[in-house]
Amino acid sequence: MLTIANLQKGEKAKILDFPIDTIPLKLIEMGCLPGNEVTLVQTTLFNGPLFLTINGSNIAVRKDTAAQIFIEKL
Amino acid sequence: MSDTVIQVALIGNPNTGKTSLFNHLTGLNQKVGNYPGITVDKKTGTCKLSKTQKATILDLPGTYSLNASSADEKIAIDVLNDPNNENYPDVAVVVTDVEQLKRNLLIFTQVKDLHIPTILVINMADRMKPKGITIDIPQLEADLNTKIVVISSKLQTGISDVKEAILAYKSISTEVCIPAERFKQNTIKNPELLTSLTAAELKKVQHHETVIRYQFINNSLKNSYKIDKEKASDLQTKLDRIFTHKIFGYLIFGLLLLLIFQVIFEWSSVPMEFIDETFGALADWTKATLPAGMFTDLLAEGIIAGLGGIVIFIPQIAFLFLFIAILEESGYMSRVVFLMDKIMRRFGMSGKSVVPLISGAACAIPAIMATRNIESWKERLITILVTPFITCSARLPVYAILIALVIPSERVFWIFNWQGLTLMGLYVIGFAIALLSAYILHKTLKIESKSYFVVEMPKYKVPLFKNVALTVIEKTKTFVFEAGKIILAISIILWVLASVGVNDAFTNADKIVTTSIEENGFNEIQEVSLQNKMIRFEESLKEEASKSNKTLTAQDVNTAIAEKMPEFRQAVIEDEIAALKLENSALGTIGKAIEPAIKPLGYDWKIGIALVSSFAAREVFIGTLATIYSVGSEGDDEEGNTIIAKMQSEVHANSGKKVFTFASGISLLLFYAFAMQCMSTLAIVKRETNGWKWPMIQLIGMTIIAYVAGLIAFQFLK
Repeated sequence: MLTIANLQKGEKAKILDFPIDTIPLKLIEMGCLPGNEVTLVQTTLFNGPLFLTINGSNIAVRKDTAAQIFIEKL
Repeated sequence: MSDTVIQVALIGNPNTGKTSLFNHLTGLNQKVGNYPGITVDKKTGTCKLSKTQKATILDLPGTYSLNASSADEKIAIDVLNDPNNENYPDVAVVVTDVEQLKRNLLIFTQVKDLHIPTILVINMADRMKPKGITIDIPQLEADLNTKIVVISSKLQTGISDVKEAILAYKSISTEVCIPAERFKQNTIKNPELLTSLTAAELKKVQHHETVIRYQFINNSLKNSYKIDKEKASDLQTKLDRIFTHKIFGYLIFGLLLLLIFQVIFEWSSVPMEFIDETFGALADWTKATLPAGMFTDLLAEGIIAGLGGIVIFIPQIAFLFLFIAILEESGYMSRVVFLMDKIMRRFGMSGKSVVPLISGAACAIPAIMATRNIESWKERLITILVTPFITCSARLPVYAILIALVIPSERVFWIFNWQGLTLMGLYVIGFAIALLSAYILHKTLKIESKSYFVVEMPKYKVPLFKNVALTVIEKTKTFVFEAGKIILAISIILWVLASVGVNDAFTNADKIVTTSIEENGFNEIQEVSLQNKMIRFEESLKEEASKSNKTLTAQDVNTAIAEKMPEFRQAVIEDEIAALKLENSALGTIGKAIEPAIKPLGYDWKIGIALVSSFAAREVFIGTLATIYSVGSEGDDEEGNTIIAKMQSEVHANSGKKVFTFASGISLLLFYAFAMQCMSTLAIVKRETNGWKWPMIQLIGMTIIAYVAGLIAFQFLK
């Protein structure tokens, strides 16, 4: 299955699911919930954090977190 | 009409302009304290709502929810959940950003569910038109069952409406948004769940709760909140394409830092010179005006000198915090955090460590306090431990004086000179050792702590002057009061130690020196000192003559010198007495006691005294040397007695060799670069890490590194 880490810069997707145990609650509170739209805005060198737009908010998360959020490309 | 004060709690997500509203409501009537037992700033202020009614406003930390997953959130819960809490509000004001209304309403629903009258403030109304946002306020007020105020903290509109809404808080419904039955379990209603459930269970409950709250929010906004997507401007996206670019992003950040430091040095040199001269003049005036004696000496040489040593750093510190505040307010700093995270992680830190590390270049105290937003304890601890390696303002005067002493001022290449390059090298070396020790700590510290990183990238905006100014005042105050009280205390203690004798040589110093000189005449070193005084006098004569266009014959000069001769001889004798007194004072005894330990580094007992006093705060080094070299020699001639000249002519008592050579100078520079010589920082580290363990490890580790570096430098270069 695809995760946010598989997205290319500029691509949009719909969030499907994620493991509740390991995803920071803060991310959930910021609107990272199944059904919401996510866009990959910017990446960094050496596999650094990803710059995402989720639910209208700009959020940076580390790649290991992003790799746990399953998506469906739009 | 009532004469009781309304208690208001200000709540909201970060970056919603909550602090701007707080600043508008309270102005300068605010104070920052601490919640008992924890290191979260408690900001309160008073606001005049009407002629007769005042309100106390508590600015709760900016949080995304009340889910108690951070210290900030726990504070908010403690205050809002317990009617007996001294800060329990009569009315809550939830601040939201019109562009992020959906996400910002999450915490609103949580607060309202606590049966507290909750006013919803929708901020940044000025952004509605450009973004194509329309809100049907009466409809939304009905759906959320509360009072809504639309404001713009940028244009300062709607502030008085907020005050009116607070005044009328009793008319606001205290009904909940979401009936408790809709949740399986609810941590807002039943806070005991926060402690009784396991972490995994709790997270499930809170996740479920968040989903239901978002359903409610989506329903409430459906009818009233409209956004015309085509109007959404893409300036923000364009800015991000440049500022977070894989290559340009780093380049821009590097250039920005360079520019900032350049400007700080340029801007602060004038006020610093002014402060230096003012305090010098004040000390001289005190000595000249007040009757001579112990008290006058203490005032002039202990207290005024100590205060001057604190005030002189204010320009540099304030300017650096000005720039940091602008970068944070504009939203740029979050991009830096994003860019630097991966690099910092290699060294066991977080992207969020960048702010403390940069602040460390001003003063480690506010810098260490700025680590509070790093979620992972291990990353935060490492940042706290290595921040004092960054070259802070207090090291600069020490560097400046030592560099002027031992590094030639010749130019190399085109624009560089050795002195400037050395200073830059010291900055680099401080930063390098910070990273290196962070790496070692990262590999050796066995601390399990969840490292997660979720950073909101706020919109870019023009910083509000009021917010920037208040931040700068706040941080500078932290330095002045936290560091200042210790520096002042140490200055006084030092003066006392230098003025208390331990044996007969101290009490009879006058007699001993006078007799010895009467019997044996001046020794070699004293002759040199006398010669120097004559040469300097001759120079000043010539300078004066050239200024007033007079011709000066050799005859004139000789007559003038001969006239002054008894004065010079007396000055040499007085210096000798002062030196003998100091050698036999309590301070001198301490310096001599540690001399064997520091001899391998090339230092004598006088430097030993300065090192000991520096353990209170680095910059005391200069003050101590000033004390050591000038206590007793009153009536300074204009430039002859500057510390540098004194240090230059300083020789080892037994060998007559110069004390400050290239080798001992470099050794001292490295020692000051690495040593933990700041009691105020240790005190803050103790507070932030909740015990003496980490500050002690930091003190011992840094001192060892400093000693070894100094030792190696001296032994190789001598």
